[in-house]
Amino acid sequence: MHESWRTALVLGALLAAGCAAQAGRETEETRESQAIVSPTDRADPYPSTYHPAPSEPTLIRGATVLTGTGVRLDGADVLMADGKIVAVGPGLEAPAGARIIDAQGRWVTPGIIDVHSHLGVYPTPAVRAHSDGNEATSPTTAEVWAEHGVWPQDPGFATALAGGVTTLQILPGSANLIGGRSVVLKNVPAATTQAMKFPGAPYGLKMACGENPKRVYGGRSQTPSTRMGNVAGYRKQWIEAQEYLRSWERYAKKLANGDEDAEPPKRDLRLDTLAAALKGEILVHHHCYRADEMAIVLDMAREFGYRLAAFHHAIEAYKIANLLADAKVCVATWADWWGFKMESYDGIPENIALVDAAQGGCVIVHSDSEEGIQRLNQEAGKAIAHARRIGIEIPPERAITWITANAARVLGIDDRTGTLEPGKMADVVVWNRNPFSVYALADLVFIDGHLHYDRAASDEKPRSDFLLGRKDRPLNGVLAGGAR
Amino acid sequence: MKRLTSLLALAACFASMSAPAATLIRNATVHTLTSAGTLENTDVLIDKGRIAEIGRGLRAPDGAEIIDAAGRPLTPGLFGGLGHLGLLEIGLEPPAADARFGLGAMRPEFDVTLAYNPDSAAVEVNRAAGITFAMLMPSPAGDSGPRGGSILTGQGGIVTLDAGLEPLARAMFVDLGGDASALSGGSRAAQFMLLEQAFTEARTPDLLRAGDPRQLTPIGRRTLRTYLERGGPFVFHVDRAADILQVIAFARREKLRAVITGGAEAWRVARELAAADVPVVLAPLDNLPQNFDQVGATLKNAARLHAAGVRVAFSLRDTEPHNIRKIRQAAGNAVAHGLPWEAGLAAITRVPAEVFGVGDRMGSIAVGRPADLVLWSGDPLEVTSLADHVFIGGEPQPLETRQTELRDRYLDRVRRGAAR
Repeated sequence: MHESWRTALVLGALLAAGCAAQAGRETEETRESQAIVSPTDRADPYPSTYHPAPSEPTLIRGATVLTGTGVRLDGADVLMADGKIVAVGPGLEAPAGARIIDAQGRWVTPGIIDVHSHLGVYPTPAVRAHSDGNEATSPTTAEVWAEHGVWPQDPGFATALAGGVTTLQILPGSANLIGGRSVVLKNVPAATTQAMKFPGAPYGLKMACGENPKRVYGGRSQTPSTRMGNVAGYRKQWIEAQEYLRSWERYAKKLANGDEDAEPPKRDLRLDTLAAALKGEILVHHHCYRADEMAIVLDMAREFGYRLAAFHHAIEAYKIANLLADAKVCVATWADWWGFKMESYDGIPENIALVDAAQGGCVIVHSDSEEGIQRLNQEAGKAIAHARRIGIEIPPERAITWITANAARVLGIDDRTGTLEPGKMADVVVWNRNPFSVYALADLVFIDGHLHYDRAASDEKPRSDFLLGRKDRPLNGVLAGGAR
Repeated sequence: MKRLTSLLALAACFASMSAPAATLIRNATVHTLTSAGTLENTDVLIDKGRIAEIGRGLRAPDGAEIIDAAGRPLTPGLFGGLGHLGLLEIGLEPPAADARFGLGAMRPEFDVTLAYNPDSAAVEVNRAAGITFAMLMPSPAGDSGPRGGSILTGQGGIVTLDAGLEPLARAMFVDLGGDASALSGGSRAAQFMLLEQAFTEARTPDLLRAGDPRQLTPIGRRTLRTYLERGGPFVFHVDRAADILQVIAFARREKLRAVITGGAEAWRVARELAAADVPVVLAPLDNLPQNFDQVGATLKNAARLHAAGVRVAFSLRDTEPHNIRKIRQAAGNAVAHGLPWEAGLAAITRVPAEVFGVGDRMGSIAVGRPADLVLWSGDPLEVTSLADHVFIGGEPQPLETRQTELRDRYLDRVRRGAAR
């Protein structure tokens, strides 16, 4: 999937140049690729401008290391250089001039990844002017992109970093059946969203089941007003997207046959995104609570031939854990949320453990919350406790995959981050203790090898411009005497 | 009236304890929350619904159930915070939600506890997680429904999470600040004007003449006057430091017993709160400015207030009742950010019980008190611990809930590969 996606990028760049004949290899490639000319073969118009901050070679010594690959190493070292993991294991040699961190008694994990966040699009302060997460003007807004609404000054990015979060997916909200494109960010301070964009991460597509779309539009006497309307709404969109793809294929064929007058189909922003989702180049994330609805969405994906990356929220995933595992669809959910709406009434705190226990099951702890994202490690801790009560012992080296490797997998970035394997991005957290404790705090957070958070220095100026000038001191109240 | 209420409550309490057998909990680490502190390897005898004895090597009465704690922590039952427990089943479904109230006028006689449903699924789920008492409160003014509420949102009360319907103590709720300014003509400044008018109407009804614009109904005046005379607590929901100072001054003028809830910026006026002995019921996880009243929100709020000598209790910010069990985790986080562990536990046991006038019967472990107790699998503030035994009024509470029934229905299917 990543390979085809990268190919698409290369081709896109060429197409953006107007498919004009260019010299050498590129021209050949363009010719070869004419048969797959498609609306997704476009240059990235809002490219990532992220550059890793400078880093020095760093050796973390003597820690309990959870690698994210299901392995726990006690008394192990982690060596980073040039922004990458170099080695993990006991007794590593420090290169000359390396910074050495004594981590005896501390724990080291990959950077935490949240696959479901609305930071930036629903930032704090949650004033009306900041409500940029739901384009709730039509049930299908596949044409909107979350990155065009992200406010990089959301103070929630910094508090998430203090919780060890190095990568996060920002999704549009769930008012719409198809809410728009997500964006994957590196959790670094920046004046623009583009400077946070995870280089080369695929886009996601946010879809939503159930109560939200039908409440929003049913309340306006529009479709969808029922779950029937929801599914009909998705299917109509997929049919249009299929037709759109076919019109591009016809065009490509004409070009291939030497028809120089062939007119490309009219470009449609909404269908660009949907077509890319059908082709697997944009990863589909479906917000869905109930088991029955998830089963229908699985069949719908089969009907239209697209792949689903994950169900989000998935309160009832435990009821169909084997079905989801067999379909190779991950479940991203909370540890203990339930009852806040009818479709969450059957939530149980063993959901994570049961999805994980199913043969081949893939589970992720997500936040959907500016509070929860600060302590995904604790959320996983709660799931461990409830699993233990039903006789399922989940060791820390497994639980960590719920908030690192599995999350990277559904975002399509598992070849670059999510584990502490040589060659991967040096996204690393040093915890003051076992991270699945309520008392655990991130001491140090590295992103691409650069130390972005140091708890010992966390009282310095806030990262968010918004919080500059905040009064971090007592208010000398003139009313202290009760006078008015 | 207050005495009568207590007697009624006591009677209800005894009625519900239809002869529970004695229980002896052996070898617990007993966090008494009294001057006795924490007692290691200690036994607690529960008899006739009360804590009968605390000590080492206690003799079990005939027929007593014996639980070997093996050093596990025993605490008072936990406080579930201020919210809508038993007042709404599903917040988004109005017929199953009774916490919102809006008649467009100030109605201190509104008593939300009359809607309390002890059969709510949220009651059993949170009880099985160690919550044994909670403060029911009406919705904040900003969330008061189509007809608009008032800044004086009405009365709530402390309930235990057994079948008891009668609140053990009451509180009057007032919502101030930016969130509530739509209900005070658009300005928070008018909130004190409206309150002052209401209090004046209640205290000196003779001032009123026919045709005067009024805040209160005749019943409302009588209710508020009676409440003031009895010295019941007024719980002010307010976050901004300057607003908290205004509340302290207002309470002093009106001779009220004030409690602050919300209190995101309370640490900035810790000295004044301590001097006025105004307790704060705060949400320990608040650290982002949801609005401009909370710009100073910090995870160190609890630690700083405690260090300044302010009485600190905890609630979640969210009034949704389903997951109030999360209060333990919130307390643990306050400890991780500088609050002494004992103060973290006290903030969800003894302090809220005292603040709301039920400290003589819950929130601590002492001989003669009703046996509201929880035996934990580990540190009660730790996310990886769970409640192993829960007692209310000496009665062992079921740990089976709707959620465990759901779990057990599907657990085996998952194991057999049949959950599909």
